[in-house]
Amino acid sequence: MTLRRAALNTAATLGLLYILTPLIFVTWLAFFRQEIPSFPPEGYSLRWFAAILDQRKFVDGFSLSFQVGVLATVIGLVLGVPAALCVTRHQFKMRAPLANLLLMPLIVPGVVLGTSMYVFQVTMETALDVDVIGTFYALVAGHVVIVIPWIVRLVTASLAGVDRATEEAAQNLGANAFVTFRRITLPAIRPGIVAGALFGFVISFGNLEMSLFLVGPGRTTLPIVILQYLEWKIDPTIAAVSVVQIVLIGAAMLITDRYVKLARIV
Amino acid sequence: MAHLEIRNLAKRYGDFHAVRDVSLSVADGEFLVLLGPSGCGKTTTLRMVAGFIEPSAGTVTLGGADVTVLPPWKRNAGMVFQSYALFPHMTVAQNVAFGLEMRKVPRADVERRVEETLALVRLKGYGGRLPRQLSGGQQQRVALARALAIRPDVLLLDEPLSNLDAKLRQEVRVEIRELQRQMGLTTVMVTHDQEEALTMADRLVVMNEGEVRQVGSQRDLYERPTDRFVAGFVGRSTFLEGAVEAPGRFRTDGGLALACTGGMPGKASLSLRPERVEIAAAAQPGLDNSLPGTVEFVSYLGALIDIHVRLSPADRLVAQIANRDGGFAPEVGQHVHVGWAASAGQVFRV
Repeated sequence: MTLRRAALNTAATLGLLYILTPLIFVTWLAFFRQEIPSFPPEGYSLRWFAAILDQRKFVDGFSLSFQVGVLATVIGLVLGVPAALCVTRHQFKMRAPLANLLLMPLIVPGVVLGTSMYVFQVTMETALDVDVIGTFYALVAGHVVIVIPWIVRLVTASLAGVDRATEEAAQNLGANAFVTFRRITLPAIRPGIVAGALFGFVISFGNLEMSLFLVGPGRTTLPIVILQYLEWKIDPTIAAVSVVQIVLIGAAMLITDRYVKLARIV
Repeated sequence: MAHLEIRNLAKRYGDFHAVRDVSLSVADGEFLVLLGPSGCGKTTTLRMVAGFIEPSAGTVTLGGADVTVLPPWKRNAGMVFQSYALFPHMTVAQNVAFGLEMRKVPRADVERRVEETLALVRLKGYGGRLPRQLSGGQQQRVALARALAIRPDVLLLDEPLSNLDAKLRQEVRVEIRELQRQMGLTTVMVTHDQEEALTMADRLVVMNEGEVRQVGSQRDLYERPTDRFVAGFVGRSTFLEGAVEAPGRFRTDGGLALACTGGMPGKASLSLRPERVEIAAAAQPGLDNSLPGTVEFVSYLGALIDIHVRLSPADRLVAQIANRDGGFAPEVGQHVHVGWAASAGQVFRV
């Protein structure tokens, strides 16, 4: 028993180390003073964090990613919450296929998703004769697709814990369907909504593969900016940007975890 | 409070008849209990009265007004749910106030009525707590207070005691019944627990397979069950299968000739209440029926003892005796005589 336990602990530690080592090194690197990353460090400094702000493309990329993330999450909520309600609460013929469809973007590789969306946008642009490709809204539309599964998944999980009888009780006491939703159902699934929104935002903010197909000239998201920068330079600015990103996403995850235990859903 | 009238109510799900042609009338202030095994349609009936299920046919009239097609929120029915269904994010006081808020009762009145209602269910001072901070019994009383606060035309109780432990259940039974009498509440309760039904009801409705089998007082159901199902469901009965040969003569499948009352010739069951069967060491000449048998099983219940007696390879019955000091206490394998008056048995056609 203790042997099995030790083996398990060792495997878990090794697994964690494998995942965390790059993050630890990136974080360490961000504080190196020298331009060419090499060991041992010549000294430590915060100059690379300051350097981020000096380069417009990082600031713009961050700002775009943030805007896209927020907007995609808001739209994702408007679409995803009713979808989750529909799929968990009603019995209809296409229920199971619809439920699967809503989660589908999770399993489609980002490159495939990006390609198909690009093709779709080309078709749209030709058919409608309006600018679609490379526009801000087309980018947001793409991100909505990858945000929805997370919102649906987390809201569905929290809906499962709602006692339907409480909704009936509210109606029995005189609340119509809308008031019942607002006063009883919504407070009960709020943790799932908050968690879904934060998670969706994180997914959108960090997305690289799909976004590569959807960005337009002068409109580049942060992960793409990082990729492009890496093609020419390897100074610790990238590490500093990554640290900022890790901290932001880590914070979002920690907040999410306070509402819904992520271990239960992911 | 008001009079509740259910007429020819039915609910079908495809080919499945959950409720068939149920008609009931509940007088102002009456406590009616729907009793039956699970799946008998009692809860469906209650939910149609509350408005959660739309009937396939029939009408529900509350205080003279037809409410059959009204949504639940437009009916003035207070319901206590099996799970209590308290709003977990609201305090006890907010739970009780909810229905009043929906009715746009002025703030000051709401507070007063919440206080009053909580006092009524002996929960004064608990208004600020959350449901999860209360015991099961207290939660149950909050659910009751919440339903009563709106001064409903009818109180609907859906297995309200099934989540309480046995001892608490007995106390709460009495409490609910007293409250119902004091306030003159027209009440419909659904339960599968016959003891609960017998102790609380003014009148009982026994349902099975979506149909009303019998409506009547406790005594009616126990002494004069109209069919085999009711005889078996309310109280206990043992059945001897066989046929009526001629009025007054019953022959079991095992070949025993028994005296009974009435009955048309044909296949039938003879139903006997265990406590009406006498058991003794010797034949009992004073009784219409007296038969030898062998004790097969003894079930000791404390105050009472059940004795299962084999009369023939095909016939077995249960006799119940009081556990008295020095009384007759047969053991497994012992030869005994059982007997009963012809009037103690009931014959049901099968």
